[in-house]
Amino acid sequence: MPTESLWLIVLGCAAATFIWRALGVVVVKRIDAHGAFFQLITCVSYAMVAGLVFRMIIMPESELAAVSLTTRIIAVAIAFAAYYLFRRRLVAGVLAGGLSLSVMVAWTG
Amino acid sequence: MISGNSAVMRKALLDALSLPAFILLFTMMGFGSLARGAGFGAEMAAVASLLIWGLPGQLAMVELTATGQGFIAIVFACSLANARFLPMVVSFVPAMSRGRSTRAGMLLDAQLLSINSWAVCLREFPHIEPEFRHRYYVTFAGSILAAAVAGTLLGYHGAVLLPAALVLGLIFVSPLFFALLLSAVPGRAERFSMLLGCVTIPVAHYLFPSVDLLITGMVGGSLGFALGKFWKAGDAD
Repeated sequence: MPTESLWLIVLGCAAATFIWRALGVVVVKRIDAHGAFFQLITCVSYAMVAGLVFRMIIMPESELAAVSLTTRIIAVAIAFAAYYLFRRRLVAGVLAGGLSLSVMVAWTG
Repeated sequence: MISGNSAVMRKALLDALSLPAFILLFTMMGFGSLARGAGFGAEMAAVASLLIWGLPGQLAMVELTATGQGFIAIVFACSLANARFLPMVVSFVPAMSRGRSTRAGMLLDAQLLSINSWAVCLREFPHIEPEFRHRYYVTFAGSILAAAVAGTLLGYHGAVLLPAALVLGLIFVSPLFFALLLSAVPGRAERFSMLLGCVTIPVAHYLFPSVDLLITGMVGGSLGFALGKFWKAGDAD
């Protein structure tokens, strides 16, 4: 593909993403930050973000798809165990989960 | 409560460097190498990370370009994949309690937002004096954005060659980070929404893969909101 059209794609995608952000600014100027509608939108964002994370772990489209579901779930369990064991330190959970996934993949090859 | 410009900026930098900056570095390395495979130039990949600043949309852009789709289809798919920014901006801006702000300032803040800043800042804001939250946000978001652009370029040029098993572990770090972070989110309605989001996404993904997150947000979010209200009403009896 020619360079110009690739640049056009990049800038078009940036603009198309910015539309959502700008709409967010428009909406936020018009609503009461303590009202029910604000709470509803907050719930929508939490549901979307949780869904995205769930999709990344359970139904990944990245290279992670090559790792078995059991391996991924065990790694998540190890991450949570380490997180609570080390007094809710995110670093501990993330390191334990990531490393255990790497070890399991290397082991089962 | 943390206050003072330098204390807040120090905290933001330390919080970014404690994990999120590295997560962005590694995840965007993945994006950089995919962008190269799809035929984009290094500076295009870097600008995509800088200006799109939302990985699901960036991945959609790269995948559809690699498979030879048209301009409209690519831009549309990228936009849909990043639609979460609308509710995220709405729920984020009031929490930042930035007093007077121009529309341009708000748009700039919205452009800087990513899932990382959103989740980390919403967690940290209660510990920061309201007038310093904006500074915390800008410092944090700016640092991880810099890490993301650096990661994109490193990945593009294939600067780091790691064993495949280790790479998989590194990719897994990002969803793990969010799963742990979200598990600590307070609020009954928010927790219901997240749970219902996880229940909805497999169905939505199967039925409508291109708008699965939008559907998940609307279904999970409104049911979670309603359940939270219902539960509160029950408590009052």
